[in-house]
Amino acid sequence: MASNGLQAVGLGPFLTVGAILLVLGVFGIFLNRKNVIILMMSIELILLAGNLNLVAFSAAHGELSGQVFTLFSLTVAAAEAAIGLAIVTVYFRNRGSIQVEDVTLMKG
Amino acid sequence: MNGALGSPMINWTLALPEIVLSVCGLLILLFGVLQKKDAPALACTVLALLAFLLTAVLVIAAPSGTGYRATFVNDGFARFMKILSLVGAAFALLMSLDYNVRQKVDRFEFPVLVLFSTVGTLVMASSGNLMTLYVGLELQSLAIYILCAFARDELTSAEAGLKYFVLGSLASGLLLYGVSLVYGFAGTMEYGGLRTALIGGGAVPAGLVIGIVFVFVGLAFKLSAAPFHMWTPDVYQGAPTSVTAFLAGAPKVAAFALLLRVMSGPFGHLTTQWQLLVELVAICTMVLGALAAIPQTNIKRLMAYSSIGHMGYAMIGLAVGTPEGVRGTLVYLATYLFMTVGVFSCILAMHRQGRPLDRIADLSGLSRTNPLLALAMAVFMFSMAGVPPLSGFFGKLLVFAAAVQSGLWTLAVVGIVTSVVGLYYYWRVVKVMYLDAPAPAFDRNTRTLSFVTGAMGLVTALFLLVLGPVVGAAQAAAAVLFR
Repeated sequence: MASNGLQAVGLGPFLTVGAILLVLGVFGIFLNRKNVIILMMSIELILLAGNLNLVAFSAAHGELSGQVFTLFSLTVAAAEAAIGLAIVTVYFRNRGSIQVEDVTLMKG
Repeated sequence: MNGALGSPMINWTLALPEIVLSVCGLLILLFGVLQKKDAPALACTVLALLAFLLTAVLVIAAPSGTGYRATFVNDGFARFMKILSLVGAAFALLMSLDYNVRQKVDRFEFPVLVLFSTVGTLVMASSGNLMTLYVGLELQSLAIYILCAFARDELTSAEAGLKYFVLGSLASGLLLYGVSLVYGFAGTMEYGGLRTALIGGGAVPAGLVIGIVFVFVGLAFKLSAAPFHMWTPDVYQGAPTSVTAFLAGAPKVAAFALLLRVMSGPFGHLTTQWQLLVELVAICTMVLGALAAIPQTNIKRLMAYSSIGHMGYAMIGLAVGTPEGVRGTLVYLATYLFMTVGVFSCILAMHRQGRPLDRIADLSGLSRTNPLLALAMAVFMFSMAGVPPLSGFFGKLLVFAAAVQSGLWTLAVVGIVTSVVGLYYYWRVVKVMYLDAPAPAFDRNTRTLSFVTGAMGLVTALFLLVLGPVVGAAQAAAAVLFR
């Protein structure tokens, strides 16, 4: 499947989408001043950018290790999301808010 | 493990330490859950310490070689780093015992999480493939995110966990993207394959260099090298001190193990491409570590900037890119680990009426209320500053000498100047302890903490006696990377 699509459109579009996802994610983290949940969505976008690249390259090389890696990194992403949500819950219970501008108790 | 994947003989004994430690972790978790009545934290901690001991024996006994289709490497370098990580984790766990009881965070998940994080550091030290690198790094980091937020009723701890989680995940995301680019442009993720691919090819594709830069940035983030250090002071200050003591030791050593292995192994032939970047990061890190520490009033924050500075000095050895440089870095990391454990054992002892203290001013006049603790703290501070007969001096000497040998004078000069600046803020702590008017005495120190402080103090003060063997082991470990 993947290699058919790849032959039709080439590697370029996949890498472009990956790069766009990466940039969106990084900007989402640094420019976002509102909500911690948006930070978590941005992190997922960055991981997806990496995964998309891996799968596209794997199909282009005709080799499986990139796709195996993607399975691992999807698992890691799931664990990461679970831990992130748990930490956000703990934070909300103590602070009563999950606004990014409130996460400034320690500075300097 | 992957018996169905072709090669019939998989040498699974290579990863025996990791397998045993993971299984021990699962069993301890099970044991902790099944204990109903009394708090099982103490029993679980003791079991975890025994598991570390068993693993250390297995690490020394494990055969050298590569296995699991070259994703896993066991060699002298891995062994050196694994022993360091295990020692750091074991001492951090030992020190956490009384602190966690006093802070009412003595839940049995603590030793289990430290144990799994340590499994991650072991896997990192043995990575033979970018996949193992990523999975080991994540296993280590994910456990630490939870540990930072472990005092879940305290806002500072929750905030530290949140900050470390967001910035740490960003770093792993960038690392993953870098790995994908390296894989794409080199066609393989296995270190040996990458090495041969990079020797053969004439022009290096730009995508590959970008990938290497991303991988380096991701790892520099975990090391808290400037300009990727912004999480460090907040996390060090906010996390429970027992967690900070762990965080400052084993994970830093393991991240350095990855950096050294990746940069001098598979990417070793592209030294000209990345050397300038590493030099710049090392210089930024040393300067920031020295200058930003000066105005600090919180001892945990001070230690955060101090550890940033130390990572800069250790990175000189990587920038040099020779076996001598790597040897210097390894000796530096060994001395850093023992000093850090010692300093945190002193910080953990700072309690008054059951409340933990973390201001530098709280140490005032310690030389009169608790002379031994003050003496130990002074030894650690002078050692961190690099004063001659103490252990910190030898690490600095070796990395600076390696830099001078390779003609990187700038690095050596910046290192020496920042060490002198560092002496100022380390001296300030000693001055508060020895010259200021005494504050009320601390609570009576516990036995385990006194033991750790004493042991680390002796190692730091008498490092000269073990210098020969440590340098020899570091030399052998460094030689493996440049074969």
